[in-house]
Amino acid sequence: MAVRPMVNRDSQFFWDGTQVGELRIQVCNACGATRFPPGPACQQCEAYDRGHEVAAGEGTVYSYVVHRHPPVPGKELPIVIALIDLDEGVRMVGEVEGVDDLEIGQRLRVDFRRVDDDLTLPVWRTV
Amino acid sequence: MTTRTLSGKAAIVGIGATEFSKASGRSELQLSVEAVRAAVADAGLEVGEVDGLTTFTMDTSSEIAVARELGLPELRFFSRINFGGGAACATVQQAAMAVATGVADVVVAYRGFNERSESRFGQFSVAAATQVNTNGLDNAWTYPLGLGTPAATVAMQARRYMHEYGATSTDFGAVAVADRRHAATNPHAFFHERPITIEDHQASRMIVDPLHLLDCCQETDGAQAIVVVSAERARDLPQRPAHVVAAAQGSGRDQFVMTSYYRDDIGIPEMGVVGRELWRQSGLTPADVPTAVLYDHFTPYVLMQLEELGFCGRGEAPGFVADGAIELGGRLPLNTHGGQLGEAYLHGMNGIAEAVRQVRGTSVNQVPAAVDGHVLVTAGTGVPTSGLVLGAALV
Repeated sequence: MAVRPMVNRDSQFFWDGTQVGELRIQVCNACGATRFPPGPACQQCEAYDRGHEVAAGEGTVYSYVVHRHPPVPGKELPIVIALIDLDEGVRMVGEVEGVDDLEIGQRLRVDFRRVDDDLTLPVWRTV
Repeated sequence: MTTRTLSGKAAIVGIGATEFSKASGRSELQLSVEAVRAAVADAGLEVGEVDGLTTFTMDTSSEIAVARELGLPELRFFSRINFGGGAACATVQQAAMAVATGVADVVVAYRGFNERSESRFGQFSVAAATQVNTNGLDNAWTYPLGLGTPAATVAMQARRYMHEYGATSTDFGAVAVADRRHAATNPHAFFHERPITIEDHQASRMIVDPLHLLDCCQETDGAQAIVVVSAERARDLPQRPAHVVAAAQGSGRDQFVMTSYYRDDIGIPEMGVVGRELWRQSGLTPADVPTAVLYDHFTPYVLMQLEELGFCGRGEAPGFVADGAIELGGRLPLNTHGGQLGEAYLHGMNGIAEAVRQVRGTSVNQVPAAVDGHVLVTAGTGVPTSGLVLGAALV
């Protein structure tokens, strides 16, 4: 059973995006600052006026782990999980499919894995 | 020193714990009540004198439940601190503030759980991912993506630390070897008489690369309690007081719980906040501390703490911990009770008790200079956290 994300009105846009194959990053409508994870108040200009852009979907491995123990709900171990610096300047966590190890600095591209009707997760593959 | 300070206003006068096991056979509430009674007895006080209780937000036994079992007629102070093990030293800070201001006279900080035989702390916590609060929302960016065990969240930081500074797994292993050496001579430690070598560490199975099993602390059933009174009151009690020379909490910019990954540097700057405040309050420097208890749920964080607290420069901890420097007889013995890898994982509270024993001069691995000196203790790492400097004498 996959773990479902808690979602509120500040983060709904992100999960709506994965459903349609878009990796969305919050952008402040007032000053243009990008931000991940999203939040209601701009950390740069204090505005409560936010929108989003769709990321190009590529990034660089900043760090990573190979998770072997203990069990993770909905996953067959081991799994490789990376911290990815997106080209847009934000950083996010994601599972990397199709590899059993990784290196810092490697390039990754996003893909999407449909879990069920309500949830699609971003996943990553080496470029 | 300014007059607006907590330094020297309060003291730890009693410590008490249950046995540390893998299956306590009794409820978490009973464990906490037993520990509180033991701590109060150690302080030479009557249970009925306790008028304040403080614990972790995570603790499953409320202050009023503990008070009922103790038969306390009234409580004048009760409080809880958030963020897992980061709360440990802050519970003592809460108690110290309460007794320093006269809000209460005898405050007991406690933490009790069956985190081995019941809800295991090392497992993937679906509950953490589904909290209906901002912590749960924060975890949406990691847990559903597969990153949701304490070891995994730490491994992410450890890997980057290795990359940035050339640290190796054997550098992390130095912490495990020191802890287990100290536990080996501590009869209360789960790993009493079971030291390890660096080869044992390297041969232990991978949990989450780059962390081996022996980089990870235990899961423990047990409870620990700490009694705090004013410095004046402490003078009339039987134990040598461990004065609260400094007590601090710390949270950093863009702070998360175990997943502060979105900062430029994904280290533990929140511990730097704690450290700067401890040194400011105490007027001490790292060179003045002959021994410390640094929170060790995972070995890499001990290295990162040494740097954040100013014991060495950024990236210098691998050299600092080499050649037995953090073992008894070394330049800065750490975790002389065996730490959470060796003694027990009581969410940092057993480390505070060890600092008290060092100040009293009753540790099984006594550091002579600690008796008339000062001991630093830290709470959980990777989370908003806290720290203490304890001392027999005031600065």
